[in-house]
Amino acid sequence: MPNSVRVLQISLRRRVMDRFMTALAALTVLLVLLPLGAIFAYLLYRGFGSISWAFLTQIPKPVGEAGGGMANGIVGTVLILGIASVMGVPLGIGAGIYLSEYGQNRFGDLVRFVADVMNGVPSIVIGIVAYGLVVLRQKHFSAIAGGVALAIMMVPTITRTTEQMLLLVPHALREAAYGLGVPRWRTTLSITLRTATSGVVTGIMLAFARVAGETAPLLFTAFGNQFWNLHANQPTAALSLQIFNYAISPFDEWHRQAWAGALVLIVLIVAAVSAVRIAVSRGTLAGVR
Amino acid sequence: MSNQAVPHPSFGGPEPDSVAREQVKTAANPLLGFSGGEGADTAFRFAMLACAVGVVALLGLIVYQLVTGSQLSWHTFGWKFFGSSDWNPVEDQFGAFPFIYGTLVSSFLALAIAVPLAVGVAVFITEMCPGWLKGPLSFTTELLAAIPSVIYGLWAIFVMVPLLRIWVQPFLARTLGWTGFFSGPPYGIGMLAAGIILAIMIIPIISSISREVLTVVPQNQREAALALGATRWEMIRIGVLRNARAGIVGAIILGLGRALGETMAVTMVIGNRPEIAKSLFAPGYTMASVLANEFSEATGDVYLSALIEIGLALFFVTIVVNAMARLLVWSVTRGLPARSNA
Repeated sequence: MPNSVRVLQISLRRRVMDRFMTALAALTVLLVLLPLGAIFAYLLYRGFGSISWAFLTQIPKPVGEAGGGMANGIVGTVLILGIASVMGVPLGIGAGIYLSEYGQNRFGDLVRFVADVMNGVPSIVIGIVAYGLVVLRQKHFSAIAGGVALAIMMVPTITRTTEQMLLLVPHALREAAYGLGVPRWRTTLSITLRTATSGVVTGIMLAFARVAGETAPLLFTAFGNQFWNLHANQPTAALSLQIFNYAISPFDEWHRQAWAGALVLIVLIVAAVSAVRIAVSRGTLAGVR
Repeated sequence: MSNQAVPHPSFGGPEPDSVAREQVKTAANPLLGFSGGEGADTAFRFAMLACAVGVVALLGLIVYQLVTGSQLSWHTFGWKFFGSSDWNPVEDQFGAFPFIYGTLVSSFLALAIAVPLAVGVAVFITEMCPGWLKGPLSFTTELLAAIPSVIYGLWAIFVMVPLLRIWVQPFLARTLGWTGFFSGPPYGIGMLAAGIILAIMIIPIISSISREVLTVVPQNQREAALALGATRWEMIRIGVLRNARAGIVGAIILGLGRALGETMAVTMVIGNRPEIAKSLFAPGYTMASVLANEFSEATGDVYLSALIEIGLALFFVTIVVNAMARLLVWSVTRGLPARSNA
């Protein structure tokens, strides 16, 4: 029966091909996970090897002197992120509410498209814009300028996730509120937004985590500072900037500190994100869901 | 939604003409303590509209800043700016071609490395891997996206570049040196290093959006292929990938957009020299890197304006690339159950 033999051969070839492609796909996963593992392992290894109490509490020492730390950078990062959140979060949430509650029209589509496209604008370009908007007018670098740059970057992400989360709230909930005579704005704030709180907060944290490690837009807005500064209107240190400056320097001591800084930065981001998520799930905002 | 779960915010008092109505409502439901009267709905709506207009205005502001800032350079150099290779701040001569070249080469090199890997990961996670592995795998690949660019750069300088210098580049020079792309002294730092670190950075975005696109391919396409006797790979090729093609291309273009604008990691490993060389071992310079390195030190109006013009060009290219990608991804995922409950 030559015919059936041929059928068997083809099916063998096809089976081998199937197995081969499966193995190939699994291999790509390994190849992608490899650098991830390498980065985290090396970050933990060098970071924990270099971190110390002095690193967390002191400001940088001049080149050549051992010791010193990035305490001013840590505080500066928190300051800049605070400014960015105060400006970016309300605007993003507002625009998200508009899109989900009133935005089923041409203009809504335009806003969606603009937000998506803005998400892809390179951060360094946003830095130029913040430079023109703030630094050029004030004639000096400042934490505010850095905050403006990061706020612009946060808005599109928050807008789109807020919209998506609000749309997940069943329409029946809104209708029930209308039925009880609750005005629309109150329904939106107290029913829709509250029900979606955990999702909205997740979106905010996503945006936050994305900008927390940004360096490029801070280069010529916050600029960096070797000393303590708590004035929002002055050049301010940031962890990411210091990591960059130390990494490209020729000094071993500074390389060591760059790794410690990188570890602190990652820990700060993870801590901030998890703290807010815990607060949402069981803290002050409990019962909202 | 239960009543006691919602705290009663203390706004101003109710309007006089609705006091009686308010009292009835309040007794029934503390939620209704404050309705804000007739105008409140309109006011709220306008406030939210203002936020939405604000988002559009932000984009307008970006364009305005870049265009006005680059006027001087545009009037001085015109189109020649993009074709000239002469970058000489001392003599106020500026040509952006080496940077455009560096940006394009590093980005496409990154795509060449990242696309097969990212699509492979997406296919594996959506179609092949056992259910219990799906969550952890997609979480881990997404974790790559959460690492700040500067930390990628740090790792690249101290781990990847030495590896390239000692192992990879000598090997490539021996085996593929004859092509001319892999010749010259193996510094480690250079175009190749930039391409590889960019690839690592854009894999998460390409694979997560590809995954999104793959999951919305209707299940009956898969079932139809299997029912006709296809093996799993044939089912993926015919039933899934062919249907998701436009969306995957969109995902790849989004990755390209990310690569074009990526700044810190590239700046740290590309070598920062405005040269055009055939060999990928040679140092280069990208549009984003020159901004990062020279913007805050730019003395002179023409210099600053030339840098802003590079920023404008970068902005324009990424906008076009992103708009294209979004339309492609939307064409696949639109009209799907995502907002059926709205």
